[in-house]
Amino acid sequence: MKRLLVGIAAFVGIVLASAQAWSADRLLNASYDVGRELFADINKAFIAEHPGVAVDQSHAGASAQARAVADGLGADVVTFNQVTDIDFLVKKGLVSADWQKDFPDNASPFYSLPSFLVRAGNPKHIKDWNDLVRDDVQVIFPNPKTSGNARYTYLAATAYAKEAFKGDDAKVKEFITKLFNNVPIFDTGGRAATTTFVQREIGDVLITFESETRGIRKEYGDDKFEQVTPSVSLLAEFPVAIVDKVADEHGSRDLAKTYLDFLYSPEGQDIAARNGLRVRDTAVAAKYKADFPDVRLLTVEEVFGGWDKVQKEHFAAGGLLDQAYGNR
Amino acid sequence: MADPEIKSYEPYHESQSAAVTESRPVRIVAMAVAFAFLAIFLLLPLIVVFNEAFAKGASAYSEALANPDTRSAIRLTLLVAAISVPLNAVFGISAAWAIAKFEFRGKAFLTTLIDLPFSVSPVISGLVYVLLFGAQGLLGEWLKAHGIQILFAVPGIVLATVFVTFPFVARELIPLMQEQGNGDEEAALSLGASGWQTFRYVTLPNVKWGLLYGVLLCNARAMGEFGAVSVVSGHIRGLTNTMPLHVEILYNEYNAVGAFAVASLLAGLALVTLVLKTLLEMRYGAEIAATRGH
Repeated sequence: MKRLLVGIAAFVGIVLASAQAWSADRLLNASYDVGRELFADINKAFIAEHPGVAVDQSHAGASAQARAVADGLGADVVTFNQVTDIDFLVKKGLVSADWQKDFPDNASPFYSLPSFLVRAGNPKHIKDWNDLVRDDVQVIFPNPKTSGNARYTYLAATAYAKEAFKGDDAKVKEFITKLFNNVPIFDTGGRAATTTFVQREIGDVLITFESETRGIRKEYGDDKFEQVTPSVSLLAEFPVAIVDKVADEHGSRDLAKTYLDFLYSPEGQDIAARNGLRVRDTAVAAKYKADFPDVRLLTVEEVFGGWDKVQKEHFAAGGLLDQAYGNR
Repeated sequence: MADPEIKSYEPYHESQSAAVTESRPVRIVAMAVAFAFLAIFLLLPLIVVFNEAFAKGASAYSEALANPDTRSAIRLTLLVAAISVPLNAVFGISAAWAIAKFEFRGKAFLTTLIDLPFSVSPVISGLVYVLLFGAQGLLGEWLKAHGIQILFAVPGIVLATVFVTFPFVARELIPLMQEQGNGDEEAALSLGASGWQTFRYVTLPNVKWGLLYGVLLCNARAMGEFGAVSVVSGHIRGLTNTMPLHVEILYNEYNAVGAFAVASLLAGLALVTLVLKTLLEMRYGAEIAATRGH
């Protein structure tokens, strides 16, 4: 009997203790899956500038994080790698509808793009998107049905094809179908695709975010892989937002704004660039120019007319993605 | 050597009719298959875990374990087990006692309920708590109004773990208690012992090894649970990451040494559990054998 009481007392104690965890000088940043290194550096620099504050980090797939925040994960700010996941929070009433105007550059302090990683020496001479549909090339990227990373790849390839074939939809579809036919395995997520390419040594080229290819080279050896930047790709914004409802509850709005502003500061931008992300600050961008080859970036708005339209035309059941994917 | 032996067991088809005494080649093949299976599916992964953990040397290993986030994941896992295992031990004993020693309406239903966590996918168990305690859940508004955070905090993780490890103790004790019957208790009661005394000095000592066994399994699962905890955790570093979750995160961050160092601790736990379990079985085999019904 005693043990039961002690157990219950302990449980109640923890419930009460955890209720006190939030305060105005403590932030929770819900972030995407592989952003830990970046935000570990950012938080260290931020706390050095603002002594007495604390920043907790939560990392998981951005869509899973958006859902968790909607379900009550008390994140004061979100820093995602997909705009659609913040739009989800807007629909749930947690983030204001015009969040993209709250911070500069569409509220995305840094960005990346789908880029190529090939084996050392680039034995198949892969230079651009049109090389990916050659019969002798095997391409690795995850399943666009399950992976946001792969959706960007799909959209970037489509954007390229739209330009190359001057909007001839039949030819674009043929190009995408050919590309899909060159993919031997569709993994469910970006990391699994990396494992397939790097450890199982399947495929000639891995397509993933440019920011990811840096981590892969760092972990598995600079001499084993080469980065190839295509002539054109799609802008992948890494958006940030204050979760209004949570910040107001915690009284942390000011700190949240200071924190997100810090991401735009020269110091924040420098840290992001060192972590493989392209940045907005021109001076910082110039400093790391050698790491980020020139590339023409198209936006989802320009090419596809916005995310809502992309969702309806491409990703909805039976949409263009399904048609290409089903043909394989 | 092997050939003549096999030949001496020539009447192979006849011996098959005697169900208990399989012929030697059959036994050898069965054993070889079992050992090969174990080696491939259990031993090899275990070796890989320790191999990867020490891939960059012992200092990298201890450094990985000294990381504050890893420390807090270990602490949290121990805390969750320390709360949920005693809770489930108390629950398991009372449930087993009620089911084995008494007749009442709804007994079969209670037994089925106890088994429920075994048959439900852990992810679903976690989602149930999200639907109950989440901001958009049934109790979400009420909890918020009272400033109580259950989901994405330690209480949620404890709840999910309790749910998943619910049946272990009860399932071990029920067959054991049923087998033992009510004789001892009736004797104690007729000699003037109170209900509590009967339980404390008669029932509990009778089942202590089975109880220990159940607690052991319960603990192993409580520390190793991934699915349900993953759904309710919120993955806040240093606050709500348990060891299994931390392994996944470290691995996804290309931190193989860190991931496998934590994994090696979990594997170590599994090994300790296995050894203790084997010891228990060797010494108190007969008692525990009664629980093998399921």
